[in-house]
Amino acid sequence: MSDKATYRPEGIHDAFTEGRGDDAPAAPGDGKQKPSGPNLPTLGWRGMLRWTWRQLTSMRVALMLLMLLAVAAVPGSVLPQRGQDPAKVLEYLGDHPTLGEWLDRFGFFEVYSSVWFSAIYILLFVSLVGCIVPRTLSHARALRNRPPKTPVRFGRFPATAEASTTASPDAVVDAVATHLRGPWRRLPTFRVDVGAEEPRLGRPATRTVAAERGYLRETGNLVFHLALLGLLVSVALGQLLHYRGQAIVTEGRGFANAVVDYDTFDKGAWFRPASLSPFSMTLDSFDSEFASDTVAFAQARDFTAHVTVTEPDGGQHSDQIKVNSPLTVDGAKIYLQGNGFAPEITVKDGAGEMAFSGRVPFLPEDTMYTSRGVVKVPDVSKGQEQVGLIGYFLPTAVVEEDGSARSVFPQPQNPLMVLEVYRGDLGLDDGVPQNVYRLDTANLTPSVDDDGQPIKLLVKPGETVELPDGLGSVTLGEDVPRYVALDLRYDPSLGWVLTFALLALTGLAVSLFTPRRRVWVRSWETTDDDGRAVTHVELAGLARGDDAGLQREVDKALAAVPGVADGTSDDDTTDDTTDDDTVAADHQRTATED
Amino acid sequence: MQIAELSVLLVWGAATALTIALVAFAIDLGRRTEARADAHAEARTPVAVGAGSTTAGAPAGGSGAAEGAAPARRRAAGIAMSTTWLGTAMLLVAIVLRGLAAGRTPWANMYEFTLVGSFMALAVFLGMNVRKDYKFLGAFVTGLAVLFLVLGLNVFYIAATGVQPALQNYWLVIHVGVAISATGIFTVAFVSSVLQLVRDSRDSGSPYLQRPGFRWLDRVPTPTSLEALSFRLNAVGFVLWTFTIIGGAIWAEHAWGRYWGWDPKEVWSFVIWVVYAAYLHARTTRGWDGRRAAWFVIVGYLCVLFNFTGVNLIFNGKHSYSGLNTDSTGGA
Repeated sequence: MSDKATYRPEGIHDAFTEGRGDDAPAAPGDGKQKPSGPNLPTLGWRGMLRWTWRQLTSMRVALMLLMLLAVAAVPGSVLPQRGQDPAKVLEYLGDHPTLGEWLDRFGFFEVYSSVWFSAIYILLFVSLVGCIVPRTLSHARALRNRPPKTPVRFGRFPATAEASTTASPDAVVDAVATHLRGPWRRLPTFRVDVGAEEPRLGRPATRTVAAERGYLRETGNLVFHLALLGLLVSVALGQLLHYRGQAIVTEGRGFANAVVDYDTFDKGAWFRPASLSPFSMTLDSFDSEFASDTVAFAQARDFTAHVTVTEPDGGQHSDQIKVNSPLTVDGAKIYLQGNGFAPEITVKDGAGEMAFSGRVPFLPEDTMYTSRGVVKVPDVSKGQEQVGLIGYFLPTAVVEEDGSARSVFPQPQNPLMVLEVYRGDLGLDDGVPQNVYRLDTANLTPSVDDDGQPIKLLVKPGETVELPDGLGSVTLGEDVPRYVALDLRYDPSLGWVLTFALLALTGLAVSLFTPRRRVWVRSWETTDDDGRAVTHVELAGLARGDDAGLQREVDKALAAVPGVADGTSDDDTTDDTTDDDTVAADHQRTATED
Repeated sequence: MQIAELSVLLVWGAATALTIALVAFAIDLGRRTEARADAHAEARTPVAVGAGSTTAGAPAGGSGAAEGAAPARRRAAGIAMSTTWLGTAMLLVAIVLRGLAAGRTPWANMYEFTLVGSFMALAVFLGMNVRKDYKFLGAFVTGLAVLFLVLGLNVFYIAATGVQPALQNYWLVIHVGVAISATGIFTVAFVSSVLQLVRDSRDSGSPYLQRPGFRWLDRVPTPTSLEALSFRLNAVGFVLWTFTIIGGAIWAEHAWGRYWGWDPKEVWSFVIWVVYAAYLHARTTRGWDGRRAAWFVIVGYLCVLFNFTGVNLIFNGKHSYSGLNTDSTGGA
């Protein structure tokens, strides 16, 4: 459109085109004077769309979006994220009520699923598609192109070489062409055209070779970008189809792969319960190893869960799960994500009735496995209160002079449980789901001693201890079973994600390390100073971008010339500017003289 | 324990050798400047031709002039190169001994990353010098290596020992090994880009850089050659970094049950990847090549450094393997 103002075909008088443009003179009596000054073309909404599309698919905008993406990713590492650590987010919101609320409003606690982060990468991928599709089409055409014709003068090329030989020009051209094509007929290194020229510019008739290599460079580039697109799609599909369940299993017990058997269960939007394979699993035993040397005392060295898997068809087999080797069952992977102790605790109420009995998982809080757990005892007998116990389990307990106890090693060498006792309404009858690992003591009455200090009961395995205030008794089982936290994941897209990632890596390496070079050879018969007939050979090379190996390529091509008497390769034909554009422009100029 | 102590001694030895190399490289750079000035004054024409004979990949243009003018003056360069080889060899032995003392791959905590990262940067520098003269980078590469080593010994040092279950995997060798190699290459590329910017500023008449103290800048290659060098290194580094991320994702899938979880280390590895990707795009965008592209390299390298230090020490993520804080639960 805008070209109209400046474009005047030769031989056509200005009057011929005048008045035929979009800006026809306003009808008389229109009342409105057109503003003076340059006639800017009006874009209209279609033009506007086209302009936006061009902008979006331009490299400059892609660059901006890349920079934005890098910056936008940073807050997710600074602020706590709901997906990674929801408890930290709550803590942050509690500490910074105003700021936290505003940050939350703008999605700063779910950066990677926030509108603005998604907008950036979606725009980036739109830009990528807009850039890559036309390039793929033009590359598909370019793949059938022949190498550009041999330029008339070789003087200004970044790499040149010349030599004299006793072989005939035909033999020279054949030898160089064979060398440039390389050993594989199917996959030639260079695409080679052999030609001949009429006598001109003071030269007799010559034989020429025009060769080009490096078409794979653009292919690799396109593969890389398309693979990124495939990666995005696979990841998105995985998000839609995946499921993930977490379960705590104690030694000797098991779980079945069903939604109800998991403590927590996440699923994608397209998840169907049918994709849960109906297997079950039992934890036979759990082994752990810790360093006992002074340098890394009590550091974890190994965790192994020994399990028995019952397949859907009823077949059973033993297996093990370690931290770095998940167990794969029917396409789902089971990971060992945590472990701890689940002591067997029995509580009898003041009336002597069994009020609670079961294994209670205690969550480890430090490297010595000082673990915290909660027992909520319902009121089973009439007139009894509900009792809450907050306990610490110490695998290797040391009791100090003042009665405080701590754990000094993660293995159960001297197990001890320390209990605080609360009574009151625990809310067990309200039917509201509660966190089994927390006891809200705000409305409960603690059992205290004569000094008003909370009473701490020390219970060893196999012991029964009376609860204070006539609340009954508590018994700790003789054996302390271990528990493991298992994480089961199913994501059918994993194979695709890996495939596209590796494809992207390959494409990237090919596009960055494949040299794109052109080599030309011209050879003709002449006479040397002594009047003998010799063949003169000239070579020139051109590369796209900076290419340290170009001169070597030309020299190697020269070395393929048979019967070379003396060769002089000169690599000082260019000055410091190795800029692609300059060289290309030179080439263009040389070519147009043709 | 004796092996571990010997390893530490060797690291100190390497730092000393590299400090000597640093001084020698600096002297060489300064003397070559004088040599060039003299040569210019004496024989203008032949030297000018010689100095102009730089091809795309040989930024050593004009070194012939210095050699021809005064061969004795390159003695500093010889000392610098031999002490760098010595220091690098000592560092290699120190790393091997460290691995023997700990009974595992010697790159599992920050101290060890520092050693191996410095070693990789030095190895890349020495490897480049086998075929061509890149000695102008020497003062800066050895300087950074000494800085990293001394920091490592004083701040990041922890005793050699085994690793927690999450790290017991062959991916520790591959994923972390490739990441450190990429870091070593990025380090040398960073030096090249900084020199490119400084040299370019001097060429375009920055008053501060016109001072006599910056005359050595005339001895480093042209900004164009430095840019080309930086690009070639960054291209390799970028491919290795891509592999680091993919390898890390495969390992994370094994160990943590997800291939990508926006852990702080993952976030920053992603940021680094995007910054270097932006650099590669900037190079081919009109108006963003040259100086602006070089700034991407600098920002990218600062992100690499932050990913290594800040992310390990400030953020509490799954990659907190510095070994300096032991407050994490021993749970798997």
